[in-house]
Amino acid sequence: MRKGKKRFEEKMFRYLSAGITLFIVFLLLHIIWSIASKGFAALSWQMITDEPKGGFYFGKEGGILNAIAGSFYLAVAATILSFAISLPVALFINVYLRKYPRRANAIRFFLDVLWGIPSIVYGAFAFTIMMFAGLRTSLIAGIITVAVMIAPIMIRAMDEVLKTIPIGLQEAAYALGATKTETAFHIFLRKALPAFATAILLAFGRGIGDAASVLFTTGFTDYVPSSIQEPAATLPLAIFFQLGSPVKEVQSRAYAAALLLTIIILVVSVLTRLLNRHTRQS
Amino acid sequence: MEQTTATLKGIIHPYEHYGEGLTQPIVEVKGLNVFSKNAQILKNIHLSVPKNKITVLLGPSGCGKTTLLKCLNRLTDLYSDLRLDGSIFIDNEDILNTPRDITEIRQKMGLLLQRPFPLPMSIAGNITYGLKLKGIRNKKILEAKVEKHLRDVALWDEVKDRLSHSANSLSIGQQQRLCLARGLAVEPEIILADEPTSALDPISSKVIEEEFIKLKNDYTIILVTHILRQAKRLADYVVFMYYGEIVEHGDAEEIFNNPKTALLKHYLESGY
Amino acid sequence: MQLKRKLADKLSSGWMIFSLAFFLLLPLAIGVGLVLKSKGLLHEHSLLDLLFSGNWAPSQNKFGFWPFIISSLWVTILAIVIAAPVCLLSAIYLSQFAPRWALKLMRPVIDILAGIPSVIYGVWGILVMVPFVSSLGAILNKETTGFSILAAALVLAVMTIPYVLNMLLEVFRQIPVELQEASLSLGATRWETIKHIILRKGLSGIISAIGLGFSKALGETIAVLMVVGNVVQLPKNAFSSGYTLPSLIANNYGEMMSIPSYDAALMFGALLLFAIILAFNFLFRYIIYKSEAL
Repeated sequence: MRKGKKRFEEKMFRYLSAGITLFIVFLLLHIIWSIASKGFAALSWQMITDEPKGGFYFGKEGGILNAIAGSFYLAVAATILSFAISLPVALFINVYLRKYPRRANAIRFFLDVLWGIPSIVYGAFAFTIMMFAGLRTSLIAGIITVAVMIAPIMIRAMDEVLKTIPIGLQEAAYALGATKTETAFHIFLRKALPAFATAILLAFGRGIGDAASVLFTTGFTDYVPSSIQEPAATLPLAIFFQLGSPVKEVQSRAYAAALLLTIIILVVSVLTRLLNRHTRQS
Repeated sequence: MEQTTATLKGIIHPYEHYGEGLTQPIVEVKGLNVFSKNAQILKNIHLSVPKNKITVLLGPSGCGKTTLLKCLNRLTDLYSDLRLDGSIFIDNEDILNTPRDITEIRQKMGLLLQRPFPLPMSIAGNITYGLKLKGIRNKKILEAKVEKHLRDVALWDEVKDRLSHSANSLSIGQQQRLCLARGLAVEPEIILADEPTSALDPISSKVIEEEFIKLKNDYTIILVTHILRQAKRLADYVVFMYYGEIVEHGDAEEIFNNPKTALLKHYLESGY
Repeated sequence: MQLKRKLADKLSSGWMIFSLAFFLLLPLAIGVGLVLKSKGLLHEHSLLDLLFSGNWAPSQNKFGFWPFIISSLWVTILAIVIAAPVCLLSAIYLSQFAPRWALKLMRPVIDILAGIPSVIYGVWGILVMVPFVSSLGAILNKETTGFSILAAALVLAVMTIPYVLNMLLEVFRQIPVELQEASLSLGATRWETIKHIILRKGLSGIISAIGLGFSKALGETIAVLMVVGNVVQLPKNAFSSGYTLPSLIANNYGEMMSIPSYDAALMFGALLLFAIILAFNFLFRYIIYKSEAL
């Protein structure tokens, strides 16, 4: 009797947990399928290559080039800027603080906490600064905000790579008379650079998909920005605004834009995975 | 004297002496092969373990001793990329091909690992865990068992006032003795020990070794070690392994004083 | 040559120190900035009033955050209640029962789920969860538009799954396999081992993962904003519409400059969010950090 119960419990949880795991896979496929089946119909060449024209928001002609361009400008620039402030921190933790693992771990802990701050708080904070400085929404404001927001994940991803570099390499560099920064930039960076691609892509994916932080900072416009001081449209916000429209055509364009964003994220994700495998093999 | 040599001979060649009233093997491994994803870890193992003796699996590290030990109570189930074939008979039952519940078979064997791994519960809880799994709920019985088995490993006096404390509060040596007591509590016939003293201080090691010598009156002990001197102190029967194969096996005296193969000779001289 | 090297060394050390200092000071700056901005509001209203009053009428200078706090808690707690058992069971399957290839296959699934932007989850929520809740309401005889606490919680639960699942897998990975061997050798089944040993050993890690999932869900903005309904009210049940704190901030940035004190009120909302989430992160990250250090 007891044995029967034990066996039943074991079987039940085995199947239940397997079923739940399968269900998670199903959720992902369902999300992609829902977006794709809704968005595919409205996706057209014009959508990708035109700015919104007169009456666009009432269902007339036009596309979302403004948002596509804006998002790419924003995400690429933010990733580059973020790299510039993340790299020194990652190197510092792994070259300067290698002797002090407690301090290095305290910084890692701190960065993990920082990563927990939601993007809406970054957006709100950036907005208070912009109000204080009398700045209006602009591409550059968004770039800085997003760069800071994605930095913790980038630093931690680089850190994971740098951590694996053996201390012997550092000793060898010192023995040859290299300074600490020379060791950091010549030895560590060269060794780790290919693997950093993963960190960069990861941060890029975060940057291009986030809406709450750019809402206050980048604003929205119907034009492709021609300077970083102009406001810019972004894909997530284009989706958000268009979906709020009562006009059917505009809504379906939101689905198309959502499909586009999903495709971008999937491509980034697959690239990350491929690169990851590649660097691990070599 | 004559008598003992005869008995020992029986152990050296167990297959030839079946049914002669000599010590019956309690564990019999026949043609065991273990494969991992891209290597063969154990090759064609044949082995008989005599009852109420200490059998030592000896050999350099990485030779498959631990894997062999873990096959004996099918802990290899935990590693999905290991593949086993052959038979392991325990009390004449092939545990690799039995319809019976493996959990009952595992209770015939107590396990002692390289480092103590106390279960995340109290000192008493560690002892009663296996009993509760069997369905024993009676508090009186459980309490009595806790005392009995803690006494068995000479731990009772040290911990009797703090049985409900976390097992992690004990020293490593005490933890290892607790792990031994925990294994004895399910009343096994066999004790499997995988280098049980390698993480311990000399005094705790000595206590464990003394326990083993006492315990062999009631239990069959299979001990993995790479410490040659420990093997010499404890072994009644020795199995020497090298790269997944049994090179030589036999009565301890015979093995240590009169090694037949070059490999074993070299091992006994150099220790690796 | 030597001088140039020294200069380069100085420059790049400076760059490192500057960047590090920037990040170390960032949370402090955010906190101070938001406090300064919402200070005006705290002068006019008492903190208790702001937190526990349900009266929200910005144009009349009434700022009671209670409805938003309650909505946020409803949505987040419900989401975690749904997501936690799913994550726990899946993590158990992947770390205990599943063949190794299953875990390998799940890794990209988890990564992609974690990478999908909030707004996409929002779109999916509108397409799938809102109609689902609407028809569920019809069956259960509850009045609902579908844009509701429940819809938001369901979407949020799905968004939280990859995050929590990832952490749980790490928790289980760190539990030594020998502990399982010990339990099995005492005659436990796999499930008994999981129930009595693995879950107990991993308890602090499990609680931390769920706590961090909670704080992550609490700050989620766009997806919730799109499906929660955005009605200022104390929700009666899970089928009611609600209005969470992040949605409030995101939804009113356009008009906040036109009403006095409104911007201060929204920044107070952001401060509230920031403080709670930071505290949660500190607490649970610390527990994880401690258990890893051991």
